[in-house]
Amino acid sequence: MTEAEARAALVRLVRDEGRRVLATLARVLGDLPLAEDAVQDAAVRALESWPRDGVPVEPRAWLTLTARRRAIDILRREAARAGKEAESVIEPDDPPTPETVRDDLLRLVFTCCHPALAVETQVALALRTLCGLSVAEVGAALLVPEATMAKRLTRARQKITKAAIPYTVPADHELPDRLRGVLAVVYLLFTTGYAPTGTPRPDLVDEAVRLTRLLRELMPGEPSVLGLLALELLQDSRRAARHRADGTPVLLADQDRGRWRRDLVEEGVLVVGEGLRRTPDVPDPYVVQAAIAACHALAPTWADTDWAAVVSWYDVLLTVADTPVARLNRGVAVGERDGPAAGLAAVDAVGELSGYPLWHAARAELLARLNRVDEADTAYRAALAIPQDDAQLTHLRRRRARLAGR
Amino acid sequence: MPQYAAIIYSKDVDWTLPEYTTDMKEYNEFGQAAAAVIRGGAALYQTSTATTVRVQGGKGGDVIATDGPYAETNEALTGFYLLECADLDEAIRVAAQIPAAWDGAVEARPVIDFGG
Repeated sequence: MTEAEARAALVRLVRDEGRRVLATLARVLGDLPLAEDAVQDAAVRALESWPRDGVPVEPRAWLTLTARRRAIDILRREAARAGKEAESVIEPDDPPTPETVRDDLLRLVFTCCHPALAVETQVALALRTLCGLSVAEVGAALLVPEATMAKRLTRARQKITKAAIPYTVPADHELPDRLRGVLAVVYLLFTTGYAPTGTPRPDLVDEAVRLTRLLRELMPGEPSVLGLLALELLQDSRRAARHRADGTPVLLADQDRGRWRRDLVEEGVLVVGEGLRRTPDVPDPYVVQAAIAACHALAPTWADTDWAAVVSWYDVLLTVADTPVARLNRGVAVGERDGPAAGLAAVDAVGELSGYPLWHAARAELLARLNRVDEADTAYRAALAIPQDDAQLTHLRRRRARLAGR
Repeated sequence: MPQYAAIIYSKDVDWTLPEYTTDMKEYNEFGQAAAAVIRGGAALYQTSTATTVRVQGGKGGDVIATDGPYAETNEALTGFYLLECADLDEAIRVAAQIPAAWDGAVEARPVIDFGG
């Protein structure tokens, strides 16, 4: 292991354990921002002392103790400044059980995703607090400048404290509403890690799947949770096949399906089945997207995919979640079902995605199949002109070169 | 426990007129139902009765009093309750019972505790 790798592993450990420590400390203190300050301080100390003194046998206990001491220091200092006795001395309690830690984490999820916070703030808070991303990383993930993100997070922390946003799991009758917001945040977390067009972050993907599994335990039988879990499992089953050794993406059509994780496919198909059975009268967007993913997961090859089923599922999806990207993907499926001319017409009809490289790339593929090589090349050039990830650019250049070599 | 000002934005009318008796009855019902958490409050006459006061040129300067705010909006600040609630979730639940919540809007805003 190189020094950089060791450092990265250490940072991951501190983040992973730190978030659990944070979740519990926030409950004990009843003050999330204070807990965040304390855990942040403990994390900094860990990254200073662990490389020198070695990682403690129980990193979480070490972080808990250090963060707790720091919190007491902060409380005493504030009390002294206000000329008051420190009211609360935090008594050390037994190390929390895994179940308690899990519940604490869920409280944290629902606090970060409280509807009194703007949606973009909820997402930012979840990434910062649940995933332990730095402010700069949260900004990068959400395409917001770091200074703007720092301000937004500070405002959010102030609102949580001043307006007394509770640190609780909502009551049963409020759960469905609150859950919708949480799922949107968790799925954004997943896609940030899954990175359809960028560099994957398996740690974020794992975290999102873990959070989704937690939510399923809390709300067994909730179709949207089942749908999200199935969608994540089915997408993640392709993890090993999605990229070449050099990091460039491999299209679904070209992936080595032998490298898909059958265990995740089987679980995902099972879970989406349960989600479909439990779906009420209105289709759930996550369940429908998972059903589409299941069509791909169960197909032996790209050509043998049940494209009629895929197009039908997209039609259902558009009734509940009509987005340009969903229309684009439907257009690609139409191209497989009815031929490239029909596909091109469907993709062209989307029309709101000229800033989206995959729209141009999809057009280029369909034009190439229609032997309209010059137009295909123009479409590739349009895709390449849009700023994007290096690996994605390399991939597009290769597709374009393959076109020229025909 | 934190306190919240439940600031009411609703139609800008004279609530003492007989035609608003039903509205007032609804507010009275809310007042009784939420008596346990209400610490104070007031209903205000319409904005056309208001006077906006400014001092020009800093403290001690000229007092400029002008008629009304005359904001061209459908909803105006027409009153508030002071609520004492366990947390924001309870404040939202209580605020949702104020008639203006379905006939205007209610802003739930934490009150500064100066520790006096």
